[in-house]
Amino acid sequence: MTGEIAEQLGTALLVLGCPQVPVQTSIALYLIHRLKKAGIVPVVAGNKAANTLLVVADPDRHYIGEIMDLDRAIAQITEKKRDFDRCFVFIHNDAGISYAATMNAISKAKLYTLVYGEHQDTLVGQIDFPCIKIAAKAVHNPLPLKKAIDEVTPWAA
Amino acid sequence: MGCVESMNYEVLLRDGSFKECRDYIKEHFSEYIDVQPGFKVFDIYLIGVPPLAIGLDHDFIVFPYTKPCHGTFLLRVEDTAEAARLRSIKKGT
Repeated sequence: MTGEIAEQLGTALLVLGCPQVPVQTSIALYLIHRLKKAGIVPVVAGNKAANTLLVVADPDRHYIGEIMDLDRAIAQITEKKRDFDRCFVFIHNDAGISYAATMNAISKAKLYTLVYGEHQDTLVGQIDFPCIKIAAKAVHNPLPLKKAIDEVTPWAA
Repeated sequence: MGCVESMNYEVLLRDGSFKECRDYIKEHFSEYIDVQPGFKVFDIYLIGVPPLAIGLDHDFIVFPYTKPCHGTFLLRVEDTAEAARLRSIKKGT
């Protein structure tokens, strides 16, 4: 990746969900790119499958930086050993809502929920905690969700 | 959270939603406590939409356990010391 900004302008945690919906890995790499370009240090937290999809797609680590186990990230934040300025939670199922609500409760980060998949309308309706909702009915094609993210420009906020 | 695998647990509900698990505990257990996400049971930080219910039945503890790909499970584990600790927290609230 070219044109990286030397100055660090905060940190962001990307909380990945189950990788069964294809757009997740693509959007995660895109968001990492935009955050890094804006000088924000992204850290990824996911389960083994979600993390491995990213690592295999970016073997020279042009995009991804630190990547950690999701349970470990939850533990570190809960134990106040670590926190982030921004947190993006990927949501396409009920478990995603649970993780986002948990991040809202344990972290001081500005929370963004990225809601996608077949049931995005229903899931958005279940989010009753403070966050910035970014949603699109995206399953295989990441462009609707990319467009929704670009409209919010969370790397600039 | 790897310790779940080493526990002698019974699954009461599987692939449920956080709300189904909360409702199940409140319907089936007269004794329960409400906690916030991140509350620690054994070595597990609970995940979910607050309030999270933890059921108590003598020495058995019933709590939600969430995984990204499998939704929320309700696990039932027998542990005298942990049940006593949870009851002491309940008394303090």
